[in-house]
Amino acid sequence: MATIRLEIVTPEAKIYSDDVDSVVIPGSEGEMGILPQHAGLMTQLLPGELRIFKGGEESRLAVGEGFVEVTGEKVSVLTDMAVAESDIDEAAAEEAIRRAEAAMKEEHLDVEGHASVQASLLKSLAQLKVKRRRTH
Amino acid sequence: MASLRDIRRRIKSVKNTAQITKAMQMVAASKMRKAQEAALNGRPYAELMNRVLVSLRDRVGPTLHPLLEKREVKNELVILLSTDKGLCGGLNTNLFREAAGYDIESTQFISVGRKGTQFLARSKRKMIADFSLKDHPSFLETKAISKFAIEKFLSHDVDKVTVLYPRFVNTLTQAPTKLSLLPITSLEEAGLVATDEPPIAAPEGGLLFEPSAESILDAIVPYYVHYGLYQMVLATRASEHSSRMVAMKSATDNAQQLGKDLTLDYNKARQAAITTELLEISTAQLALG
Repeated sequence: MATIRLEIVTPEAKIYSDDVDSVVIPGSEGEMGILPQHAGLMTQLLPGELRIFKGGEESRLAVGEGFVEVTGEKVSVLTDMAVAESDIDEAAAEEAIRRAEAAMKEEHLDVEGHASVQASLLKSLAQLKVKRRRTH
Repeated sequence: MASLRDIRRRIKSVKNTAQITKAMQMVAASKMRKAQEAALNGRPYAELMNRVLVSLRDRVGPTLHPLLEKREVKNELVILLSTDKGLCGGLNTNLFREAAGYDIESTQFISVGRKGTQFLARSKRKMIADFSLKDHPSFLETKAISKFAIEKFLSHDVDKVTVLYPRFVNTLTQAPTKLSLLPITSLEEAGLVATDEPPIAAPEGGLLFEPSAESILDAIVPYYVHYGLYQMVLATRASEHSSRMVAMKSATDNAQQLGKDLTLDYNKARQAAITTELLEISTAQLALG
């Protein structure tokens, strides 16, 4: 069976690099499945759940904002966050959401600060979404 | 020969110096580890982003986004990344030697770091902005700098933005490096990355964009510039601490060697003094005898 190379890189480290059967990414226009031999594509990544299918197994990652480039044989995911499901700390994510929401209420935030708080809020929400999906 | 008391005083002062440089070496070493980690971990991300962007540029053509546009260079903007403190070996000196090579008339400078600001003021160059960063620079802080540079480029005040920074190679080597930030250039072209991977091949049937080429480019190109600069600031920090650690280590070694030499001198002088005293005593006894 044909496979496609998936590479997920964040500013902190190279998170994932392997040949996979397919991958589903949270794109700016909704979820998008990518199979081997996909046409060349460039899209934006939104905070959400990224699913990897490899040898009949599915693994999930919570990802942040970023970009995805697809060529026929390779998917490059550049994002500011990528956490495997098993590494997500639910309590920490909830705590981060509370803190971000409190910060949003404060008035002295400038535009840049507001945007960065909002981004971290979305990332925490994405982590929770991935974690809770399986337990329900 | 210097008097015993003088030598004793010098030994004391040399030992004090050795203690201070040793402490600075320790501090720099611990900061260095963190800074190197930060700089090295971000590298794959920056390199991959550069490859993606360059292949994008080659495929869509440079006319699609104003930040990709190559213009004839009349005025250049140089962002000089230096350190706030000295005592870090030849790091800043090497950097400033490169900076001195730019034409005074047509080059404007943005300085980051106090040493660079001092150099630019001393050599009477056009400095249009001066930023200072914390010891652990955040992405938001460096974004202010890259935003400023982007505005200058878009308003046609300058036709090229170059970053001059000490690239971190390893603990012992930091190379002063010029990298063109705008218009965007490939790291391989600049000779900074040796990669075995072939450039991303253009797939048949062109490239699809979702939602549209404009919105993707509007998002990725400025982000790349912001992130690229951030990465270079991290590299500057890693270089600074590495260079300081090495400089302080050799200072400590030198001070200790000097201390040993002085102690030897001191003991020789002491023995000579004792010998003279003994001679005097025995001569006196003989005379009395």
